[in-house]
Amino acid sequence: MNSTVTTGTETSVWGGGNQPLGASYGKMMMWFFLVSDALTFSGFLAAYGFSRFKFIETWPIADEVFTHVPFFHGNYPMIYVAFMTFILIMSSVTMVLAVDAGHKMKKNAVTWYMFATVIGGIIFVGSQAWEWGTFIKGDFGALETKGGRILQFVDATDNEKRVALSEFATSIPSERTVHERKNGVWFYDEATRTSVSLNEVVEGFKANPNVLIRTELINEEGKKTVLDRKASLAKLADATQVVEGANLVHNEYGSRLFADFFFFITGFHGFHVFSGVVINIIIWFNVILGTYERRGHYEMVEKVGLYWHFVDLVWVFVFTFFYLV
Amino acid sequence: MADGHKLEIFRGLVKFKSNTQKIWGVLAFLTLITAVEVVLGIIKPESLTDTYVLGMKLINWVFIILTLVKAYYIAWDFMHLRDEKSALRRAIVWTPIFLVIYLTFILLVEADYIYNVYKEGFVGWNF
Repeated sequence: MNSTVTTGTETSVWGGGNQPLGASYGKMMMWFFLVSDALTFSGFLAAYGFSRFKFIETWPIADEVFTHVPFFHGNYPMIYVAFMTFILIMSSVTMVLAVDAGHKMKKNAVTWYMFATVIGGIIFVGSQAWEWGTFIKGDFGALETKGGRILQFVDATDNEKRVALSEFATSIPSERTVHERKNGVWFYDEATRTSVSLNEVVEGFKANPNVLIRTELINEEGKKTVLDRKASLAKLADATQVVEGANLVHNEYGSRLFADFFFFITGFHGFHVFSGVVINIIIWFNVILGTYERRGHYEMVEKVGLYWHFVDLVWVFVFTFFYLV
Repeated sequence: MADGHKLEIFRGLVKFKSNTQKIWGVLAFLTLITAVEVVLGIIKPESLTDTYVLGMKLINWVFIILTLVKAYYIAWDFMHLRDEKSALRRAIVWTPIFLVIYLTFILLVEADYIYNVYKEGFVGWNF
């Protein structure tokens, strides 16, 4: 068993020389941690599944939410996430190549492979940040009803394509009373102002007969239900506010739980990638300083590698359950 | 020290000469699976979306099985579980698998029940 390194020097069985699992203490503890961490992520994903099955008829369709690619305009569902997946698998490969070079005691190769791994990790975290930014900023805008349902807008003449609020809202100049500490609850901040007011959207909707409302309900063809003009006008009366973008309380894409789980699961994963990058950098410095060369083995690279592959492994599942299924 | 690695995948169907070669081979395989998933996700063939197996669309089963295949090769070849002793490997793999199946089963059945309460019970949600 040359491919797995053990650090023990004790040879007598009664002195602890017996190693039934053939793994060193450090490696075993890394595996224990990874198993427990896997259960944490499973808890998150199972909770996601719970909420999704609970609202199976109204859950947002991921293909319609994540459609952007940086520097390109247009509708490209999944492409960018697939790219991120590939980046992470690629950095996993350079990591395992670093471990392999470590077994052969090639210091320079380990250094360069670890460097490539760190770069891959940084690209992934950067992409994740961009995804978050795009998601928070929002796309077309929507209305929220009293019951917390989301009403989106489509163009009846153009194949029921989504239309942004700004495309049909009329401009109605109005005065707005600014919230001040001295005349309101002092610890409340001024509420965020949306680019169009509810009144402007409602009037614009009435003035544009080709705009229809799309509800959250998924029909038998797996698409969101579009109301006819009369039902749309009736539904419009339920709207209480304009929603642009998403946060933990409001979500223009649909069910607010979708946004909550998006932030928690990809955020928790992104934090793992970030800490993986930091740990990789620390180990990378040790490699350059020759710590493991003097120690006689590169088991530390192998251990941090396990963590890095685990992050990749989790992403494979997040990718499936958040973006594909 | 490549001799310590088990260099065959697909139950011995494909054998590699060195560990480095095996790594690139596994990468090619994982990339292929990801590409298949993305293509299926974009075109969504009707034969897969209209067929239901055990209450779930066939395409979703395809995605989940492909994911498990990917997870297997990441754990076995990148995390070199293939080279570990079987006792360690089983302790690591079967513990989470058992607990996750158990948890998902409970939560999804419960969620389906709540879905029916919302649908058939006197609870208003669409207003």
